[in-house]
Amino acid sequence: MATKLDDLLSYQHQALSLRAHRQQILAANIANADTPNYKARDIDFTAALKNAMAGRSDGLELARTAPGHLAGGAGAGPAPLLYRKNTQSAVDGNTVDMDVERSQFAENAVHYEAGITFITGRLKTMLSAIQGNQ
Amino acid sequence: MSVFNVFHIAGSALTAQAARLNAVASNMANADSVAGADGKPYRAKQVVFEATPMGNAGAQGVRVRQVVEDASPARMVYDPRNPAANEQGYVAMSNVNAVEEMVNMISASRSYQTNADVMNTAKTLLLRTLSLGQ
Repeated sequence: MATKLDDLLSYQHQALSLRAHRQQILAANIANADTPNYKARDIDFTAALKNAMAGRSDGLELARTAPGHLAGGAGAGPAPLLYRKNTQSAVDGNTVDMDVERSQFAENAVHYEAGITFITGRLKTMLSAIQGNQ
Repeated sequence: MSVFNVFHIAGSALTAQAARLNAVASNMANADSVAGADGKPYRAKQVVFEATPMGNAGAQGVRVRQVVEDASPARMVYDPRNPAANEQGYVAMSNVNAVEEMVNMISASRSYQTNADVMNTAKTLLLRTLSLGQ
């Protein structure tokens, strides 16, 4: 039963942590809008989520020195950081386009909130199934 | 938790932009200064930003690397009645470019606003996360 509950939420959980991760990267882009030679970064969210769901991990694995040890992965590893394709870079080598970053930041925040709403909905469904019609 | 790190990143940007605003205020205040405490005309000060690693997964905050002095020559103003005038009647004024400083000020205050906005969004997301399942 525990695994079923886990399965129920794992997709949204992975999506939510990736969204949080991306939010941090976009915040870094906005923070460095005036830094010379800073290149805007982002992750490929779809590919990263696919990788995370397939259990592929670039993260650290626990070392197993005895046959009785369990394999413990550190979960989905950090998604590879890519560089944003720039249309008009500044003279100082900065490639942050504030319009793009702001819109992506807002979009990512909405997706994050949507993820939380989905999880809340799942939990409510589960709760009503457990409690029955009381 | 990567959303917490957004606070650190946006906070570093707020500090850096505040330092820039500080330099602009100092420059504008001394735009008509004749000579500083050392007897030399005031030189415009500019801050240099630098990306600095912050938190995990390659996100970068921003910090002020150094404050440089504008190397352009002092503005010479013909004013023979001024006690600081040289033999030809010219007074060495500060090399502050008022137009440049105003543009700098607007840019810094916009960046400050944007990063404060980023912090606000991060706060909303965290509060939503805290009310998960309710």
